[in-house]
Amino acid sequence: MTDDIISRERVGAPGALRRRIAGLSDRALAWVFIIPTIVLLLAINIFPLIWTIRLSLTNYRANRANDELEWVGLRNYERILTNPDIWNSMQATAHFLFWTLVLQVLIGFSLAYLINKKFKGNDLWTTIIVLPMMLSPAVVGNFWTFLYQPQIGLFNYAVAFVTGIDPASFSMIGDVRLAPWSIIIVDTWMWTPFVMLICLAGLRSIPDYIYEAAEVDRASRWRQFWTITIPMVLPFLMLAVLFRGIENFKMFDLVVQLTGGGPGSITELTSINLKREAFEKWRTGYSSAYAIILFVTVFGLASIYVKALNRVKQR
Amino acid sequence: MRRAHLAATAALSITAAFSTSQAQAADLTLCWAAWDPANALVELSKDFEAQSGHSMKFEFVPWPNFADRMLNELNSGGKLCDLMIGDSQWIGGSAENGHYVKLNDFFDANDITMSDFIDATVTGYSEWPKNTPNYWALPAFGDVVGWTYRKDWFEKPELQAEFKEKYGRDLGVPATLAELKDIAEFFQGREVDGKTVYGASIYTERGSEGITMGAMNALYSYGFKYENPDKPYDMEGFVNSPGAVAGLEYYKALYDCCTPPGSSNGYMSEGIDAFKSGQVALQMNFAFTWPGFESDANVGGGKTGYFVNPAGPDGEQFAQLGGQGISVVSYSSQQEAALEYIKWFAQPEVQAKWWAMGGFSCLKSVTLDPAFPQSQPYAQTFLDSMAVVKDFWAEPSYATLLQATQRRFHDYVVAGNGTAKEALDGLVRDWTETFEDDGKL
Repeated sequence: MTDDIISRERVGAPGALRRRIAGLSDRALAWVFIIPTIVLLLAINIFPLIWTIRLSLTNYRANRANDELEWVGLRNYERILTNPDIWNSMQATAHFLFWTLVLQVLIGFSLAYLINKKFKGNDLWTTIIVLPMMLSPAVVGNFWTFLYQPQIGLFNYAVAFVTGIDPASFSMIGDVRLAPWSIIIVDTWMWTPFVMLICLAGLRSIPDYIYEAAEVDRASRWRQFWTITIPMVLPFLMLAVLFRGIENFKMFDLVVQLTGGGPGSITELTSINLKREAFEKWRTGYSSAYAIILFVTVFGLASIYVKALNRVKQR
Repeated sequence: MRRAHLAATAALSITAAFSTSQAQAADLTLCWAAWDPANALVELSKDFEAQSGHSMKFEFVPWPNFADRMLNELNSGGKLCDLMIGDSQWIGGSAENGHYVKLNDFFDANDITMSDFIDATVTGYSEWPKNTPNYWALPAFGDVVGWTYRKDWFEKPELQAEFKEKYGRDLGVPATLAELKDIAEFFQGREVDGKTVYGASIYTERGSEGITMGAMNALYSYGFKYENPDKPYDMEGFVNSPGAVAGLEYYKALYDCCTPPGSSNGYMSEGIDAFKSGQVALQMNFAFTWPGFESDANVGGGKTGYFVNPAGPDGEQFAQLGGQGISVVSYSSQQEAALEYIKWFAQPEVQAKWWAMGGFSCLKSVTLDPAFPQSQPYAQTFLDSMAVVKDFWAEPSYATLLQATQRRFHDYVVAGNGTAKEALDGLVRDWTETFEDDGKL
């Protein structure tokens, strides 16, 4: 096959190039094709990573590029890991991550399970449910700030309608206890359809004959659900959790638009905190160390998770 | 033949003259925030274009992103802006990092005298280091935090009578911050003209600089000082003095008692909306917003009154300085033309027109004109406010200092975490760390 390609190449290639290509082994030819990609990866991924590690060991500030660069060793790392504000930020991120994943998986799977049943208007409902994830996060953040407005917000009125309390008596984004939930609600509203779609793909990939065999064996619906549906959808579900986990770990735009990290710092997720350190305070060395810590955390967690995912798939 | 030669020479001369004037005409870009005064400046600058032959372009960025966008531009040595109307706090960093052109020689050569401008604006917008004759900008737009109130509500006889009975004094412009809080409490949740209204709109914004610009008005008047006057960067006992603590407690009390529901993240535009929609009796905001109230259908036509930020418990009275100076960006390739613009802008007749169009001129010949106080309903309040201004740090690390303040103040005032003393003690620690990093401590 490769020989065919090379002989076809020979027809149009100039003499010198033709001779060179003809002299290349398959392995060398593979390298010729791979090298541009490797160079690109090195330039846009590996080099910046190494450069960031280097910067993290200095006191460099990008807004004072002419200042003398001082090597500070691991001092930036030490300051970050002993900074209670950063731990608060990590805690806020963990809270956001945990609850968005739990809610999105539960609601997303339930919706997929319902949508998977054949009923009239199935396609229309699928389209309607998927709409929120097609919107821009900045737009979603902006209009949810209006929905959460205590005096005119529909959300507050809906809560008031159900519970009977005064809609102006609570502020979702201004109250320390409610603000973390306000961002969880919006993210869940926006991204549950994504989880639903992945789960739907999983549900539709289960062959009907398995359920038919279970019916022959007189397995109850409940048993079919736990022994057929869940195990076969699990790899898809885990993939959805991985995608949403990575996305939500770096959540920025939606939360900035909704709460700006407030009230106080209660919704200041690590990505917002990092942006403030890097591009408002211009502590480039410090924020590089912060970025490396976050990178190691995400990389470590993702690696463990991917291993678990592979194990589930092999079962 | 001779005639042909003459014609060719004339044609060449005309072409040469035309191309010379083309070469001299520059395409200047002025960068500023996107707000009403910027629109007025666009109109004003048409005179400059007509006189100089240069053309002007404008790059306006909304306030919440203004600092981010423009400081990135300066820090990266960008050539987008030839002229920058940058915030007052940028002056230290922009001077020390070489973003702005030093203007002393230019001012001397063109008879532009800094003593012709309001003193506070020269210190606030032009000088670095502060209180030294090193100028990096021409005061362009004077601004200060002040208050507006619903004059028409204050004049209602039934409200006046009720207020007098409750507080033992007339319902009028408050002389102290304590009186201001009484008025705000009086209006909170009250029915006025068939609508529920609230006491006051104040700054609480978390993301950029809002809550700092607001709370500082209370803190200054309660005795807060940035540092020991005799020992620079010595902050213990000044930033967290008992007066400063009481000032921050006051601001939280005002937020808790008297703001409309959902006021946890409001700045200039939210204040404007709350006031224009008839939601609040009192509103804290920068003076630049005042012309807009006069022309508004709901609150214009004499319904709005203005007053200076009231005094604290010991009679000290200060207000937070806003406003900006205009600078020439050192990375610009058209510095000559940019300086020409500044020379034009500094002229008294241009400054007078600037004020007439809604720009807050800083030139004394405009503001000290006997007709000035009567020129607009808010003119006297603007002058009185400019006499009592204080500004935030203008150090190169101002952004770090500001972010620490935003976090500490919002944590205490809005989120209700800890005490005012803890917030200010924390702020001293944050600021000390920043100055240590800068090698100033």
